[in-house]
Amino acid sequence: MKLIIAIIQPFRLEEVKQALYAAEVQLITVSEVLGHGRQGGATEVYRGSRETGNLLRKIRLEIAVNDDYVDRTLKAIIAGAKTGELGDGKIFVYNLENCIRIRTEESGPGAIG
Amino acid sequence: MISNANNAWVLISAALIMFMTVPALGLFYGGLVKKKNVLSLMMQSFVCLLVVSLLWVIVGYSLAFSPGELIPGVLGDFRWTLLNGIGPMDPSPYVVSDPKGPVAHLTFVIFQCMFAVITPAVISGAFAERMKFSAYLTFSVLWLFVVYIPLAHMAWSVHGLFAQQGLMDFAGGTVVEINSGFSALAGVLMLGKRRNLKPLPPHDLTYTAIGAAMLWFGWFGFNAGSGLAADGLASSAFVATNTAAAAAGLVWALLDWFLQKKPTILGAVTGAVAGLVVITPAAGFVTVGGALVLGLVAGAVCFLFVVYLKARFGYDDSLDAFGVHGVAGVLGTLGVGLLASPVITAPFGMNGGHGFAGVFSGNPAALGLQFEATVTAMVVAFLGTLAVFAVVKATVGLRVTEKEEAIGLDITQHNEKAYTLIE
Repeated sequence: MKLIIAIIQPFRLEEVKQALYAAEVQLITVSEVLGHGRQGGATEVYRGSRETGNLLRKIRLEIAVNDDYVDRTLKAIIAGAKTGELGDGKIFVYNLENCIRIRTEESGPGAIG
Repeated sequence: MISNANNAWVLISAALIMFMTVPALGLFYGGLVKKKNVLSLMMQSFVCLLVVSLLWVIVGYSLAFSPGELIPGVLGDFRWTLLNGIGPMDPSPYVVSDPKGPVAHLTFVIFQCMFAVITPAVISGAFAERMKFSAYLTFSVLWLFVVYIPLAHMAWSVHGLFAQQGLMDFAGGTVVEINSGFSALAGVLMLGKRRNLKPLPPHDLTYTAIGAAMLWFGWFGFNAGSGLAADGLASSAFVATNTAAAAAGLVWALLDWFLQKKPTILGAVTGAVAGLVVITPAAGFVTVGGALVLGLVAGAVCFLFVVYLKARFGYDDSLDAFGVHGVAGVLGTLGVGLLASPVITAPFGMNGGHGFAGVFSGNPAALGLQFEATVTAMVVAFLGTLAVFAVVKATVGLRVTEKEEAIGLDITQHNEKAYTLIE
């Protein structure tokens, strides 16, 4: 089992969701986060004062999958999120020790999907 | 002699209408869009106040309301450029129910200014979330001259085409409502749909509810101020306005409840706005019974239009400028031709002492003129807007890029954002 965490551009969320659904990955958690990578922060101007280094809005996806679903999940995220420009984001893959479905208390790979 | 009492009420009414544009309309529309676009909607309303206010005192008022006719019945001339020759003690040449107590001419100028300000702001709701700010700004300047001013002149100026024939349009059913609705429709056909169009929850319905309540509040100035006097006709228009809004809001909420499972605040406030629109041309001509009928009909018809028919036609009128303002504007302008009762206007000596009568009060001819003005307003608004859009498209372009649309108009058009996550 793996836990996949992806940081993507907010305006690509819709495409990533569609790509994941097409790959039959249906269970995702989405949160709105702030941060920046190599492209640096944004510069905004408020009443003439330039606010530099503002953290950028990003979307964080968390997806727990069984090993045979890892590849297609990664491909779907890339297909949806990639524009080829700085700021497209990153994907992190973690080993996942356990997963428990609270409703039934079943655990392990069977509890993921 | 200027009547100070009337003058006071109409000045307050002008301020109430200003309040309808900002913040009311900005809040009403801003709450309905995605949070990445809320500032763009507020800016589109605000910039109308900035730009149209200036154009109006420079030449707009003169072209709309001066008696010299560059195009007979359609356009005035430049005699009142920069309000030249209009002194503070001059009485308004325009009176409605109290000919012996005119307001100051300057009061009439600024009262009418606020109508010109709010009309393009109403249209902005149709273009939400995809139009370039530069395109919107260019549109609103050109549109004021090509569409708004000729229609205002036709309906309301002394030598206006329809004004002379006795058109019943108390507060702008043709000039503001049909006009904004059909301009919005022409605009969305030129502009095209939003990308990734799908039902998304409005980002903050509390804004929308607050904005709608403020619109209702401001509409008392819009309608009850349009008699240009602080008299009983203003009271009658005030009562009619409140009644129609209440009836339409209730109908919409009930239809929501029966046909869509739950009564929604969005439905209640949208219905109320439809009621305010429908009573706009009729406010000073109908009894409270007439207002009730108009409100009930507008609530039901606009509900059908927005909830069922819009999806079938497949155009993207983002915030229902056409479905509410266009549809209810037509209903009201035709409805007053049926429901106008001389009981309301005869006591003020209007229409040569006979008062204004509709078909149900024994004046079958009334509907013909209302119909003619309705169709004219539709055609002028629709074709005029198509022409203006063609010019804007050829010069500054209409839409933001796909990527800008996805990122949102607040950042891409204004380099600001409305909300922060972490300070």
